[in-house]
Amino acid sequence: MVFVIRRILQSLLVVLVMSLVVFVGVHVVGDPVHILISDDMTQAEIDRFIQKLGLDRPVHVQYLHFLANAARGDLGNSFVHGEPALKLILERMPATLELALAAFLLAIVVGIPLGMYAGLRPESPASRAIMAGSILGFSLPTFWVGLMLIMVFAVMLGWLPSTGRGEFLSWDGLRHLALPAINLALFKMALVTRLARAGTREAALQDYVRFARAKGLSPARVVLVHVLKNILIPVVTVLGLELGGLIAFSVVTETVFAWPGMGKLLIDSIQRLDRPVVVAYLVITVVMFVVINLIVDLLYAALDPRVRLQEMKA
Amino acid sequence: MNFCRSLLAVLALAYAGAVSAQELRIGLASEPTSMDPHYHNLSPNNSLLSHVFESLVDQDERQRLQPGLAQSWKAIDDTTWEFKLRRGVKFHDGTPFTADDVLFSFERAPNVEASPASFGIYARGKTLVKVDDHTLHIKTAAPYPLMPNDVSQIFIVSRKHGAGARTPDYNAGKAAIGTGAFRYVEYTPGNRIILQRNDGYWGAKPQWARVVFRGIKSAPSRVAALLAGDVDLIEQVPATDMERLRKDPKLAIAQIVSNRIMYLHLDHWRDDSPFVKGKDGGPIKNPLRDQRVRAAISKAIDRDAIVSRVMEGMAIKAGQLLPEGFFGVSSKLQPVAQDAAGAKQLLAAAGVPNGFRLTIHAPNDRYPNDAKIAEAVGQMLSRIGIDTEVVTMTSGVFFREASSGGPDKSPKFSFILAGWGSGTGETSSPLKSLLATFDREKGMGGANRGRYSNPEVDKLIDQALATVDDARRQGLLARAAEVAIEDIGIIPLHYVVNTWAMRRGFSYKARADEYTLAGGVSKAN
Repeated sequence: MVFVIRRILQSLLVVLVMSLVVFVGVHVVGDPVHILISDDMTQAEIDRFIQKLGLDRPVHVQYLHFLANAARGDLGNSFVHGEPALKLILERMPATLELALAAFLLAIVVGIPLGMYAGLRPESPASRAIMAGSILGFSLPTFWVGLMLIMVFAVMLGWLPSTGRGEFLSWDGLRHLALPAINLALFKMALVTRLARAGTREAALQDYVRFARAKGLSPARVVLVHVLKNILIPVVTVLGLELGGLIAFSVVTETVFAWPGMGKLLIDSIQRLDRPVVVAYLVITVVMFVVINLIVDLLYAALDPRVRLQEMKA
Repeated sequence: MNFCRSLLAVLALAYAGAVSAQELRIGLASEPTSMDPHYHNLSPNNSLLSHVFESLVDQDERQRLQPGLAQSWKAIDDTTWEFKLRRGVKFHDGTPFTADDVLFSFERAPNVEASPASFGIYARGKTLVKVDDHTLHIKTAAPYPLMPNDVSQIFIVSRKHGAGARTPDYNAGKAAIGTGAFRYVEYTPGNRIILQRNDGYWGAKPQWARVVFRGIKSAPSRVAALLAGDVDLIEQVPATDMERLRKDPKLAIAQIVSNRIMYLHLDHWRDDSPFVKGKDGGPIKNPLRDQRVRAAISKAIDRDAIVSRVMEGMAIKAGQLLPEGFFGVSSKLQPVAQDAAGAKQLLAAAGVPNGFRLTIHAPNDRYPNDAKIAEAVGQMLSRIGIDTEVVTMTSGVFFREASSGGPDKSPKFSFILAGWGSGTGETSSPLKSLLATFDREKGMGGANRGRYSNPEVDKLIDQALATVDDARRQGLLARAAEVAIEDIGIIPLHYVVNTWAMRRGFSYKARADEYTLAGGVSKAN
């Protein structure tokens, strides 16, 4: 319990510091006014707008004003859209969650079996191919892979739609989801494959595995129960962190595939210096990371009895 | 449950396939920021909203004025314009359109809460008087010839649904009731906008029962969506793909020269200009104030090379403020031809035979190929001895610094590249903003970032803006442009060409104002 409270206090501090950095950062980068106005406006009209947004006041006054509003749950209105920043972000969250979770599942479902296979038979040609493939997954730039996927599967073969999002959980929706999910999953897949391989190679040499084999357990049971369970801890740790990244920063994939998610909103908002949206977005991101980390810690306890014992002692 | 939903979706898809001959799918480069027609005076907004809403005066594809919700208009005395409204026009909900809706719209347009670019510039200073349900007088304090142009910028909303409606009510569709050829169906920011044909429309009915607009900001993805057949038409075709798309037998291209000029502005007002230095790096008296030096810079530039290499043919070299065919254009002004020897002679005559050091500042994400144009200009100037450093930056920084980054909110830079699109489609817009003497109170010279000031030009602009007679105003505007361009207040480079690409069988009536209108798209057979 104390642990949870400490976590929450820590994360509040993080949110505070982060909002200050972003606030000042966006202020230094440029002036949203000159991006938003139309060319024909007179100086008087421009001054009126600046005043309305409160941008004529010193930045620390603006920041305190922001904090006072944020304490009441109001993260401000978007300069660009004139609607609450929080609403804009939450509206797009389902699309991003759909994409991130699909990519996440794909990474696990493909990555763990491949990694375990490569770990169990490190010398076979298939394993070498898997490991070579994982290097590609790491090193190819996302936007390039995205465009290649579009070129091959949408333009040349015409199997899948090139961009956009369909209805959630419909055939059309899944067809739209396929390419961006693969694109987003590629890097994580490579990561999971490598983690699973390393874990498997290590576990395969452990005494308990040998013992299980000697006891005459079927190879399937040895691999799927004894090995799998023991390689999950590093995989869960890393994936927990990566999931946050998937949700918060799938910017490139969303832009390439015109996926109507939060990442696209973030990049548009940064380009137009829409400070309220950028700040609100990052506040939400920090909160999300904190929550995911908490869940990861709880999962540890579930997966590893030793953690539970330590907790009890403490 | 999920199965039912999937089944429904599949059925819906099959149905969509059946009607797709009447459905048009458009890939937009930039999405509108709102569905409120008075919220943000920005091309993507105005373009999309003109499907749903109309104004009294319409602009055709070359921005010539056409009857819209007003059948006719004329100036009945120096300060009063009379508009005869079209009869029998109905809003999408069936209520008839009358002068009251116009009064309401002009009242609402300048007063939208938190509007980033207000329509106040078009609506303020005008008094509307309703004569009867279909006749309207608009009065101004002084003669105002641009009345029809201004009026063409204000969308007419329904008074019934607009009273008390705020921007979110328009975004949600509750108040988005207009008279236009299409009705609002769905607006999902960041995803898509769906419109449906208004079968009760008073004018020519569009070919499309349903139009889906999708924002695909990334240019390669937009092109890929067209190649994959996911959209029928895309706007703002990237120059790098032009060659390939033109050769593709499955595609067609539509182009027109736009109302946007790319130009160079120079420091006309400081003797000690911050980004002009002597060859040795020491301070010198600002040579840009000498007309001969400005002429030399203009002559050093190879506009043909910029058009063909940098712009890949998607531009036309410029000699004045708007291309031929627009109102107020001079028949005398021609693009300056490159002449390096002549440029060097001019520099020698101006007392700087060996040139000087100069920095050109430009945005790198605002206009097509902006940074590359600045680099090309830099190289061309270096060839005549003006050692030019090129500095480019994101537009948020560039415009703040270029407009008011110096002491006392004065322009910071000495030599900049920028662009100007004329929303009104005639030359008083660039003359007023780029070349008239900067005057905050009068609202003149708002984008005069070189602080050019010439009493003769000012006088001609003032005269033109007070002359209601079209022929005489045309002459005054042309004269003002001639004086300012011969004095080299700005150096015109080129006009941007707007480009659309579409699947074969489709055609688009290309527009100078960059608008992508479903009504302009047609399909053979």
